[in-house]
Amino acid sequence: MSKPSVNEFTVKIANVNGTGSASANGLLMKSLFRMGIPVVGKNYFPSNIQGLPTWYEIRASEKGHLARSGRVDIMVAMNAETYKHDLEDVVSGGYLIYDSTWPRHSLLQRDDITIIGVPLSKMCNENFPTARARILMKNVVYVGVIAALLDLDLEVISQLLNETFAKKANLLDGNQLAIHMGYEWAKNNLETPLAFKAKTSNKTSDHIIIDGNTAAGLGSVYAGATCAAWYPITPSTSVMDAFRNFCTKTRVDPETGENNFCIVQAEDELAAIGMVLGANWAGARSFTATSGPGVSLMSEFLGYGYFTEIPAVLFNVQRCGPSTGMPTRTQQSDITSSAFASHGDTRHILLFPADPEECFYSARDAFDLAERLQTPVIVLSDLDIGMNDWMSPSLQWDDSYQPDRGKVLRAAEVEKLDVFHRYMDTDGDAIPYRTVPGDHPKGAYFTRGSGHNMYGAYTENADEYQQVVDRLLRKWDTAKTLVPAPIIKQDNKNNIAIISIGSCDHAVREAIDILGDEGVGINYMRLKAFPFGDDVQKFIDAHDKLYVVEQNRDAQLKSLLCLELRVHDEDLTAILHYNGLPMNAGFVVDAINQDMAKGEAA
Amino acid sequence: MSFMTRPTARHPKLPVNELGLTVRDYEGGMSTLCAGCGHDSITAAIVQSAFELSIPTHRFAKLSGIGCSSKTPAYFLRDSHGFNSTHGRMPSVATGANSANRDLTYIGVSGDGDSLSIGMGQFAHAIRRNLNMVYIIENNGVYGLTKGQFSAAADKGSKAKKGEVNLQPAIDPCQTAITLGASFVARSFSGDKDQLVPLLKAAMKHQGFSLVDIISPCVTFNDHVGSTKSYEYTRAHFSPAIATDFVPPAEEIKAKYNEGEAMQVELHDGSHIVLRKIDKDFNPTDRISAMSNLQKNNAAGEITTGLLYVDESQAEMHELNNTSSTPLVDLPYDKVCPGNDMLQKIQARYR
Repeated sequence: MSKPSVNEFTVKIANVNGTGSASANGLLMKSLFRMGIPVVGKNYFPSNIQGLPTWYEIRASEKGHLARSGRVDIMVAMNAETYKHDLEDVVSGGYLIYDSTWPRHSLLQRDDITIIGVPLSKMCNENFPTARARILMKNVVYVGVIAALLDLDLEVISQLLNETFAKKANLLDGNQLAIHMGYEWAKNNLETPLAFKAKTSNKTSDHIIIDGNTAAGLGSVYAGATCAAWYPITPSTSVMDAFRNFCTKTRVDPETGENNFCIVQAEDELAAIGMVLGANWAGARSFTATSGPGVSLMSEFLGYGYFTEIPAVLFNVQRCGPSTGMPTRTQQSDITSSAFASHGDTRHILLFPADPEECFYSARDAFDLAERLQTPVIVLSDLDIGMNDWMSPSLQWDDSYQPDRGKVLRAAEVEKLDVFHRYMDTDGDAIPYRTVPGDHPKGAYFTRGSGHNMYGAYTENADEYQQVVDRLLRKWDTAKTLVPAPIIKQDNKNNIAIISIGSCDHAVREAIDILGDEGVGINYMRLKAFPFGDDVQKFIDAHDKLYVVEQNRDAQLKSLLCLELRVHDEDLTAILHYNGLPMNAGFVVDAINQDMAKGEAA
Repeated sequence: MSFMTRPTARHPKLPVNELGLTVRDYEGGMSTLCAGCGHDSITAAIVQSAFELSIPTHRFAKLSGIGCSSKTPAYFLRDSHGFNSTHGRMPSVATGANSANRDLTYIGVSGDGDSLSIGMGQFAHAIRRNLNMVYIIENNGVYGLTKGQFSAAADKGSKAKKGEVNLQPAIDPCQTAITLGASFVARSFSGDKDQLVPLLKAAMKHQGFSLVDIISPCVTFNDHVGSTKSYEYTRAHFSPAIATDFVPPAEEIKAKYNEGEAMQVELHDGSHIVLRKIDKDFNPTDRISAMSNLQKNNAAGEITTGLLYVDESQAEMHELNNTSSTPLVDLPYDKVCPGNDMLQKIQARYR
């Protein structure tokens, strides 16, 4: 394993949830970011409020690799319960910091790492009067210690604290004191800085630190969504928190004080998607956010939306299944269930954002596609993208953008018609016209999930029914030409390629770099949407060896490719990561090296 | 088949409403329900009420779930959009549609199976939200489309067509609704148009959730001896708690009642419901009195009808949410997109 170097290292903090470590960890990460060093923060937290183990992992990478590193250079072991495991996690040559106020078990030793005892509790007990402050400030003190070890810019940290506690002066002083206490203690007692210290760089200008759920909520505001309905479920809840927060900031009418939005907390996911269909049917842009279990519950209505051709946008922030699974761990295991959610011949458009930036723009694309194609669109994010802190290029909005409302006829256009038929393919692209309730008597039609003909009337006639479902399949072909194209990095001299999606992206790209350094040239196609267009088939046809990298047990993406394209199961090699933690580059490199060694041996 | 259109021929002397429209303009397609079905009488009462209120024919949204009752929105108000949703899920669709456009008159038609079993959760929460809609339960105590199973509204001891006796207690949607905080609760009988039309008109004018539970005998599966939802049983046990008249805001209120036996309830638009009390102790604006009256009559085997409870002071969903008085669907995009300058400002805290 390579050695850490300047601006290339990983710090992991082991803590107990509910002790207020999140803000201290965020402070550490943002300090690196403000120093111009690319960073990513991964939070491994329990499905619990207080008292269970939680970890936060910060990777700094001058090269801009933002996947999990798969190594720990500095471990801050604040949780006695996980101490043994945390000790084992540190790479040889690494460092472990623990609270030396209390003695450690003598058996917990390692000779190949440096163990640093810091009297964190003792310092806090001596300097802070209340029990709460003593617990909270321990976290800030270890940030001070790390600041000295990594040679962080104290001015940057101080400024961040000033901003964070601008309105809470009483907390500001305590935090400043704690940082300096830790910093001074390390300066006086340790050899600082370490060899792999942080050095001011310039790689983060025009960037922000944001999580995918916040970006998706913000994107939905900009896409013009006015109605939202949801039922709380980890890890998607913060999508709606963000939407509400940004709506409250930007959508309250300055003259009337009224809300130009309506958010309904539903009684369950069945109701949430029903509300979304109702609002879109009534002509608004409306969405919901959920996770796998919610999609299971929404399936009946998703099929209804497909068959009756009502636009809808759903953010599925995937977590570990099956069943309740591990709600606070990540996976990409809802690909198949989302693509075909509901009974009968049903299929849905999927978008696969890879990071928070793409979550923001996916919101816009999802609404445009949903309305253009008059069908539900599911944005498949995941817990890693949705809830972790990512460095992202700052978001931009083109003020000339106008939403694509698709073929919706409002009152003035309906007035000009002789007669309106809801499901008629007038333009030959298999997309019919729709109208908005209350606009015009001539536009009235009856929406039904039961068999209907092209006029929108009830039918049990074999030919009339088949005409409608055949048109839906032709509309699917139209969809292939409208969904975002895959991102392809192709060098014609390579005949090996990786196909992947979503949050695998950073690990895959890093793996391709590593393998490239080892002399193995690999092409890459990152899918951005389902259905797959012609370019996906072309890419597959152009390669002899194809790896499909995804985060589930059953190779769901690979299955979907085999199902939809001209490619056989044996032509695709699955690389599967599904233990609930974000994937790292080393995993992909090892899997490919092992597979290639197998090929050579045969 | 519900796409069968009605012939448009009409009598030249049919009365017209304030919009110059006749009652025929408020009709829909031909009913495909069994001859004599109580639901068709309810359809006719909806048509009559909409006509009398002079609401433009396209300014309704008609929604339903699954079942015989849920087919009926195809049979009235042909100029308005209809939404035949999935089983028990009409309230959520109505909530979403109403969230987008608060200016339409929402008429939800459901049945006892659709509302009290599979859709009980959504029914309860639409009430809790005080969603501004008319929620009609066409209540026959039986699953018709699947041929005669008991519903949750079937009375204990009631007999199915094949002789099976229902052993479980019935869920009374009206008592349930009052308990859940509904702001307008009425019950009527499909065979009593004189009572039903003023109740429906008041329900359409009420700002908030209006439940109208209508006993509507199923002529095919639940009109036999031993059924407590048959025409014969209902007529024999029909007990109006209160007789209702609806007075639009433009009309002068004429007292057609004796002092001390009647009261009026003013609705938000200034119209009035005039209530003639049958039972002297009964006060429909008092929740406890409303509940005790229902319980008392229920114990005596009576079906209490009329306006059972009303509270005009409760805020409906949009008032609670402070939603734009312009329907959200009519807001132009530039009014809801904050623009790039704001986006840059927002991101300051993420830098």
